Amino acid sequence: MTIRPASDRSLLVTFGAGISLESHHQVFHLTRSLGGVRGILNLHPAYASVLIEFDPRLVESAAIEALVHQKMAAEPEHGPAETPRTVEIPVRYGGEFGPDLDDVARHTGLSPERVVELHSAADYLVYFLGFAPGFAYLGGLPPELTTPRISAPRKHVPEGSVAIGGNQTGVYPIVSPGGWRLIGRTSVKLFDPAAAEPVLLKMGDRLRFVAEGSAGGGSAGGLA
Amino acid sequence: MRLSRWDEERVQGDPRGPGGPPYSAGIRVLTPGFLTTVQDLGRFGHAHRGISASGAADPLALRAGNLLVGNAENAAAVEMTLVGGEFEFEAGAVIALTGSDFGADLPQWTPVPVTAGQKLRLGPTKAGARAYLCVRGGIDAPLTLGSASAHLLTGVGGGPVRKGDILRVGANAVRKPRRPANNPPAWTHNQAIRVTDGPQADWFHGELYAGVYTVAEECNRMGIRLRGAAIPSPAGGMLTEGVAMGAIQVPPDGQPIVLFVEHQTTGGYPKPANVISADFWRLGQLRPRDEARFERIGIERALELLRQQEQWLYSL
Repeated sequence: MTIRPASDRSLLVTFGAGISLESHHQVFHLTRSLGGVRGILNLHPAYASVLIEFDPRLVESAAIEALVHQKMAAEPEHGPAETPRTVEIPVRYGGEFGPDLDDVARHTGLSPERVVELHSAADYLVYFLGFAPGFAYLGGLPPELTTPRISAPRKHVPEGSVAIGGNQTGVYPIVSPGGWRLIGRTSVKLFDPAAAEPVLLKMGDRLRFVAEGSAGGGSAGGLA
Repeated sequence: MRLSRWDEERVQGDPRGPGGPPYSAGIRVLTPGFLTTVQDLGRFGHAHRGISASGAADPLALRAGNLLVGNAENAAAVEMTLVGGEFEFEAGAVIALTGSDFGADLPQWTPVPVTAGQKLRLGPTKAGARAYLCVRGGIDAPLTLGSASAHLLTGVGGGPVRKGDILRVGANAVRKPRRPANNPPAWTHNQAIRVTDGPQADWFHGELYAGVYTVAEECNRMGIRLRGAAIPSPAGGMLTEGVAMGAIQVPPDGQPIVLFVEHQTTGGYPKPANVISADFWRLGQLRPRDEARFERIGIERALELLRQQEQWLYSL
């Protein structure tokens, strides 16, 4: 673990340089331990780091640093004690909802049906939420589905679009620009600012995509 | 408790009579200006859900304006961008205009009483990018996740103020209006923006401090794009990590972007520097085509500058 200032009001705590379950558990533990601490304004967890933003008028960085050491010394050895929940995201793959499904199939040398089958059979882990409200960085995309991003990003990717970008997959929670390949869409709202719990997913959740509708391929979700 | 003259006017003017909810007169938006929003100091505590704080682009002007009219410094107020709007007060109020001079016919950085029916017209800026209309009692806007601030990118907290909107005035003043502010911050062009080292400072070689940058047209509350001599993009990828307000990131094209109040919460570009807290307000006053220079200082110095700024606010 290394701790260094990122600004006059933030510390970046880093756990190694790669993506691993071990780092994820450390990130999870630290983020959870620091929630609600006086003087801490925001926590930005990522794959292997947590950015801690604090109010320098209320707390000194040395005190935060000491707190980080104290909390990490108390980290449970085998990851979080509670069983993670599994969230199912129904997806209509292909067609107008997944205009790039055929491109992904061409690039991977698989049939579109096989792409859907692999994508919806995998178990995903929510490493963290970041970038935009409710956007989950997922681990677990089958390596066969790796497809490069499109060269000219779209200006408006529809809300709920399910996409593959490189070796990552995810769901766009809001209309936004984006360079990932769109393979389907979900009607589940990942971000609803008016809801009591505005963001559906949490760090540490397990996630499955369930194929529904005409593109078929999945075992659950009902075929039209 | 003795009521101020303005509070008495409010109570007497309450059509619902005593005992009802606090009287909530409004400010009618006759024209909104170029981009006008309701802002407080932002929405903290939700970055782990991907939601950045938003809040006033020039937090110093918002805090000072609120203190001048007797509000808590976090009260919601009206933020205007580049061109101000025209407003009509439905009831008497005490206001303060802070930030840049948008050509209003009223003194700035001082509490000013206005009467029912009075109009306030602001125009194009004469210097920086933003002006604030703070009103005694605060703007009574609904809170989303604890803040009234509009986060335009996501729609959290609502969108821009529109023609015909009525901005309710709250009853949340906490003290008497103050005297005019001495030595208000003045935005002038070509002021250096102070920064401390960012997390990847040692990937760079001082390129950020070598030249002058121009603020690009494509800048908004999410990020301020700069144009200038390209900074060589360091070799080697980096893992996506958390990014803070004021972080200066260098994408592959070498043109730095200063992450602003509606910034993304994580990112994968290296960051040679981060703007100091005491200079966040300067970012809020940068306009397209302005020049921007950066000066590297240490964290101790940055915190000393922040203390001086807080002292000035305490003096109001």
